[in-house]
Amino acid sequence: MSRDVLDQLVQRFDDAVLATHDQFGDETALITADVWHEAAVFLRDDLVCSMDHFIDLTAVDFADRRTPRFEVVLHLRSSERLHRIRLKAPVGLGPGGENPQVDSLVDVWKGANWFERECYDMFGVEFVGHPDLRRILMYEQFEGHPLRKDYDAHRTQPLVPYREGYEKLQPFGLPQGMPFGRQTHDRWKTAVAGRPEDAGATNLLGFEED
Amino acid sequence: MNDNIRVIEGSETGFATTRVDALLGWARKYSLFQYPFVTACCGMEFMSLASGRFDMARFGAEAPRFTPRQADLLWVVGTVSQRQAPILKMVYDQMAEPKYVLAFGTCASCGGFYDNYATVPGIDKVIPVDVYVPGCPPRPEGVIDGLLLLQDKIQTGDRTPAIVKPRTDPVPASEGLVPLRKQA
Repeated sequence: MSRDVLDQLVQRFDDAVLATHDQFGDETALITADVWHEAAVFLRDDLVCSMDHFIDLTAVDFADRRTPRFEVVLHLRSSERLHRIRLKAPVGLGPGGENPQVDSLVDVWKGANWFERECYDMFGVEFVGHPDLRRILMYEQFEGHPLRKDYDAHRTQPLVPYREGYEKLQPFGLPQGMPFGRQTHDRWKTAVAGRPEDAGATNLLGFEED
Repeated sequence: MNDNIRVIEGSETGFATTRVDALLGWARKYSLFQYPFVTACCGMEFMSLASGRFDMARFGAEAPRFTPRQADLLWVVGTVSQRQAPILKMVYDQMAEPKYVLAFGTCASCGGFYDNYATVPGIDKVIPVDVYVPGCPPRPEGVIDGLLLLQDKIQTGDRTPAIVKPRTDPVPASEGLVPLRKQA
């Protein structure tokens, strides 16, 4: 249905469109980050596309599996023509994917404002030209970006120092925590690895090893 | 209770003896002014508990105060995020002694399944807790158990943390599910 939109994009941006695919009615275009803003304006204003509904904006962290490391994902819809499109752009060309940057879309769709702030908060993607790029969910003192793959899953940054000198009551203590929780799992792994007869059987639950 | 207590009847006059702390405990446990610190979905269960069907008012825990300065009992209902922890601490610090804290639900008790960067793993990391009510969310009966447990603790002056024990289903397993409504 929105094959037209993809055709329009390819026709207009040519080489800047890296790839397109169309699966189960969801059309996706992978474009270069430098035409990100231009493509957004085109999709909104072009009469065939007429994307007036900003749905979602987020990012994906591929860690060291891919270069550039991040991919910014944008979902759009047209309320006139009732079609949708997904737009993706790889960002973060620097060493280790540091300082990923992409143009802000706040001047194209106002609603992008908080989505871009969230994306900045969670992934550290910088949106150039955003009027107020602050953290939106985490607190200002928070260091790092929690949804990046290299953020330690165990790391918390309490604002109030934790109380000391008390024991968690059963069943809230660690040994009887959630049966599938990370901490329980790690303890279980350690326990199993300590028994010689279970050597090599540390992945019985089928979790992917780091 | 001791056996020397005798109920004064009719026009008979007299006096009853007690200890001051027992009297204070008795007065405190039936006049709990509460401050609901409601942050998440457990709040729905709290509303149900506070309104007519389960009627917390029966146990003397009737009047919610909307300032912690007037409250005796802090209900922490729901998940507390790291960002909210300073607020919870401030609310607790503003309450006047004696003050009691009830952790409502698994998230308030231990963080529940939010084992992540954003959530405080149990409010006891920030403030001391008197009674924990597990459940996701806890049944109103469970919370009433928790309230009664707290009242017992207030009466005896016991400030060690306690946890509400799970109830067993009174219906034998062989009978299967309990029909809640009669079939038409």
